[in-house]
Amino acid sequence: MRSPLLLVVGAVITIFFVMMAGISFIWTPYSVVDLNIADKLLPPSTRYFLGTDQFGRDILSMLMVGARTSIGVAVLAAGIGVAVGVPLGLAAAAANGSLFDEIIMRGNDLVFAFPSLVIAILITAVFGPSAVNAILAIGIFNIPVFARVARGASLSLWTLDYILAARVAGKGMVRISIEHIFPNIVSLLIVQGTIQFSLGIIAEAGLSYVGLGVQPPTPSWGRMLADSQTLIYSVPRLALLPGFTIVLMVLGLNLLGDGLRDVLDPRVRRARS
Amino acid sequence: MLRYAITRLISLGVSLLAASLLIFFVIEVIPGDAASFMLGLNASPETVVALREELGLSGSLMRRYLDWTGGMLIGDFGVSYTYRVPVSELVMARISVSLPLALYALILTITMAFPVGIFAAFNRGKLSDFSLMGVTQLGIAIPNFWFAMLLVMAFAVSLKWFSAGGFPGWENGVLLGLKSLTLPALALAVTQASILARVMRSSIIETLSQDYIRTARAKGLSRRQATTRHALRNAMIPVLTIIGLQFSFLLAGAIIIENVFFLPGLGRLIFQGITQRDLIVVESVVMLLVFAVVLVNFVVDIAYAITDPRLRTGR
Repeated sequence: MRSPLLLVVGAVITIFFVMMAGISFIWTPYSVVDLNIADKLLPPSTRYFLGTDQFGRDILSMLMVGARTSIGVAVLAAGIGVAVGVPLGLAAAAANGSLFDEIIMRGNDLVFAFPSLVIAILITAVFGPSAVNAILAIGIFNIPVFARVARGASLSLWTLDYILAARVAGKGMVRISIEHIFPNIVSLLIVQGTIQFSLGIIAEAGLSYVGLGVQPPTPSWGRMLADSQTLIYSVPRLALLPGFTIVLMVLGLNLLGDGLRDVLDPRVRRARS
Repeated sequence: MLRYAITRLISLGVSLLAASLLIFFVIEVIPGDAASFMLGLNASPETVVALREELGLSGSLMRRYLDWTGGMLIGDFGVSYTYRVPVSELVMARISVSLPLALYALILTITMAFPVGIFAAFNRGKLSDFSLMGVTQLGIAIPNFWFAMLLVMAFAVSLKWFSAGGFPGWENGVLLGLKSLTLPALALAVTQASILARVMRSSIIETLSQDYIRTARAKGLSRRQATTRHALRNAMIPVLTIIGLQFSFLLAGAIIIENVFFLPGLGRLIFQGITQRDLIVVESVVMLLVFAVVLVNFVVDIAYAITDPRLRTGR
């Protein structure tokens, strides 16, 4: 049994970054907006734990606030997917085979077929780069993902006896969806949520890297990488630290997602035993 | 089969229609109008009016949409505002970088993923399987633009085997061109190869447990024969679908990678369009990329139906 170990590792990494982001609201070692040119490009020391960048800002503080940005954007984008996608998926499953179901699912296929990155770039480019627009651009493409998961999982539930019993008892489609279907698909949604969370982290980093994410002076991991690009010859540390941070965060979330699926998804559980 | 192709063709058309409406709508809802957006704050009213005329912005919404889409159907993508040349010319010049880059990345993806996936599947549960799958986890977690920077640090800055960016043009020799696309293609390929290797592995493991493999063994085929004749072939079906999807990812993903390596491809063109507020370029290139992606998906679906007869009838 390797999955519980990986699940724990993933959970620890995720909690670590969430805490780092949380702490950054009340305390960071140094300010991330004040420039201190006298201290620029210092190597790691007891004073600056991870050194400073070309403007004399403390790298550790920037990574902490960057965690806040990344997690905030990715979680809210996944939230949009859940808030819009899950009700759509539940409704489509309840109306299985109807025109409504067909429209929802074909609409889903449409969004799936789009190159999400291209559209996200278009949206942020036109509406102006900002955190809100990055969240929207990433969030839109989470909607069909959650709709599909919610519909697929609900469809099999609708054939079960206890749902039939609920219908006989006179409960309507909406009430059954909320009271009986939704609680039974929550675990799958959590697993999918973790996956979309990690994809959101990468997408946010990509958008900020090309300058379409949160704007200066708010630090973000993607922009730290972009800023370091001209210095990779002289100070490779500046490009390595934010990169490792992104990889660790995404790896942690992926391990957490895989581990949760092993524990929560009955199909995987059965296949293993 | 014909019916399946026709349904898919209709959905291709609907996708393109929806995409064009979305892109058109996004460009249309820019606060103010496109002409003043493109000219910036200091433009004189006369210039704005002149540009509006030139862009064909004065007609009704419906009229403008039909002009734009109708033009694209006959290969007229409009005239770039900053370059003063037809967008189609810009696109043709840039596509000779972006398309080879995506294809190169696809070839690298397949050559990396197949051996890893097959090897891991046949050594399931062993240490080698576990370590290979660990590496693919890492490959999935790495943002490709950062991996690109690492490649530049290692192979361009330290080892000096490749240049850190730029493109010499195909006219200076195919090999030189390919060489300058190697690092970008590798950066693009690593994530997709990791995903593909995992799909390949689980697909083989799944087919190996099927009854027909046991039957094949029971009727006297050796383990190797059963594997190559029956298991690998059937395992390829989901793998092919993923490859099709990945090609569109690679094509779109090139947008960011091209910026890391300063490659004069479609991705750079989009960003130049964005910074120079050249909306005609942005609009048309984005539409073109969507078209390419949707078309690839369509071709994959058809190829899939040809290889797997079960798909032709319903779902």
